[in-house]
Amino acid sequence: MGVLALQGGFAAHVAALRRARIGAVEVRRANELEGLRGLVLPGGESTAMLSLLRRRGLLAAVSEFGRQGHPVLATCAGLILAASPELAWLDVTVRRNAYGSQRASFVAQSDDGVHDLVFIRAPRVDRVGSRVEVLARWHGEPVLVQQGNVIGATFHPELVSASQLHAKIFGAA
Amino acid sequence: MDETRWKLNVGLADMLKGGVIMDVVNADQAKIAEAAGATAVMALERVPAQIRADGGVARASDPTMIRAVREAVSIPVVAKCRIGHFVEAQILAALEVDFIDESEVLTPADDTHHIDKHALSVPFVCGCVSLGEALRRIAEGAALIRTKGEAGTGNVVEAVRHLRGLRRELSQLAALPAEELPAAAKALGAPLSLVKRTATAGCLPVPSFAAGGIATPADAALCMALGAQSVFVGSGIFLSESPERTAAAIVEAVTHWEDAAHLAEVSAGLGKAMPGRELHTLAQSERFAQRGW
Repeated sequence: MGVLALQGGFAAHVAALRRARIGAVEVRRANELEGLRGLVLPGGESTAMLSLLRRRGLLAAVSEFGRQGHPVLATCAGLILAASPELAWLDVTVRRNAYGSQRASFVAQSDDGVHDLVFIRAPRVDRVGSRVEVLARWHGEPVLVQQGNVIGATFHPELVSASQLHAKIFGAA
Repeated sequence: MDETRWKLNVGLADMLKGGVIMDVVNADQAKIAEAAGATAVMALERVPAQIRADGGVARASDPTMIRAVREAVSIPVVAKCRIGHFVEAQILAALEVDFIDESEVLTPADDTHHIDKHALSVPFVCGCVSLGEALRRIAEGAALIRTKGEAGTGNVVEAVRHLRGLRRELSQLAALPAEELPAAAKALGAPLSLVKRTATAGCLPVPSFAAGGIATPADAALCMALGAQSVFVGSGIFLSESPERTAAAIVEAVTHWEDAAHLAEVSAGLGKAMPGRELHTLAQSERFAQRGW
C-alpha cells in the first residue's frame, strides 16, 4: 500500500498499516505509485497538499490511480482532496475546519459504537450524493462515507491503536 | 489538560509534519503564505530580524492583528507568548489560536519558570537546544518541540547544532542499560518516567521540528535531513526579495528534501535571500537561544 507523504499525518498511517501487518511505502512522486495495490490520503492541510500535488505531474497520476479502482482511504484533509473538483472521487460537499479552532477538537464514538472517532480541526460532510453510502455517523452526521473504491473519513483512524479500518479496507497481506 | 486533550494536541502537531510554518505580520502575508502551501502561520507583529534590529522588550502581539490573521486563513494559526508569561498565554488561548509558541524570540517574563502548559487546553510548542531542555518542556505539557536555532539571523548554524545534538543525545540515551537511566535523568534535569519512555522509543514522545535561521530551500532540506519533521521559517520568507516564490520553494524543499535535482530546480532564480548575520557578531545578550531554563 502507498501513503501519500507530501505533508501531514503520513507516518501514523504507515504505522497503522504495519500494525495491521500490511506493507506500506511513502509516496512523493508519480512513479512511486506504480505497482501499488491501494493508497491512503492522510490528514494534514489540504491547501498545502493540493499545491504540492499540482506540481510534478502528481495530481494526474494520483487521479488516474483512483480511477483504476484501487482501494483508497482518505482521512480528514485527505477526504477534502477526495471530494475536491481536482479528484472528484467522492460526491460529497465538505466544509473545512467546520468545528472551529483546535480548542474544539474532540474524541467521540460513532452512533453505532463501532468506531472511536478522533476529530482534529475536522471537516464536516454537509451533503452526500446519491451514489455515496454512509458507513458511520456521529450525532446523525456522516463521518465515514464510501463511493466505489474510495472511503472517506472526517476523523483519524490512524491515531487510534485499536482501529480495524485499515485492515478492513486494505485486507491483511 | 487530560490525556485525551494531550493526544488531540500531539495529533495536531502530527498533521503539521512535512510542512512549513511561516511567520506573518499581517493578514495579507498570511494569505500569501497559505497560497504558497504553508501548513500553518505564526502571527506576530515583527519578524525576529526586526525584533533584533529594534531592541527593547518584545511582547505578545496585539489581539487585533492575531484576529485578522485568523479570519484571513483556514490553516492553523500559531502565536507567540513570552517564556513564563502565562497571562499572555491565557489571552492567546481566549483568542482561540490553534497553537501557542512559548518563545525565546520574545523577551522572557520569568527567569526561572516556564508556563505550566498542562493548565491550558491549547497546544504549546517550545524551543530547545538540548535533549534535557526538550524533555523539561514536554514534562510541562508541550505538544511539539522545535530547535531554537538563532532566530532572525538567516544563519542556520545554530539550528544544525541543536538538531545534531538532539539526535546524538537521543541515540546515546537509547543505548543506555536500564539501571543507568536514573543517573541520566538527573543529568538531563528531566523526570525519570519521561526519560525511560524516550529511551525505549528512541525518539521524543512528541514531534520535533526545526527553527531558527532557516533562509533558503536548501537550509530547510538540510534540517529535514538532520531529522527535523517540519520547519518554521521566520524572517526568511518575507525579508527575501521574492516572498511568494521563496515560500513555495521552501514548501517543495521540505517535502522533497531527499531529491537534490528537484532542490536545484526550486532553488533557481529566487532572487536575494534575507540578509544574514555571522553569529560571532552577536553580543551574548543578543543570543535568543540562551533564553530558557
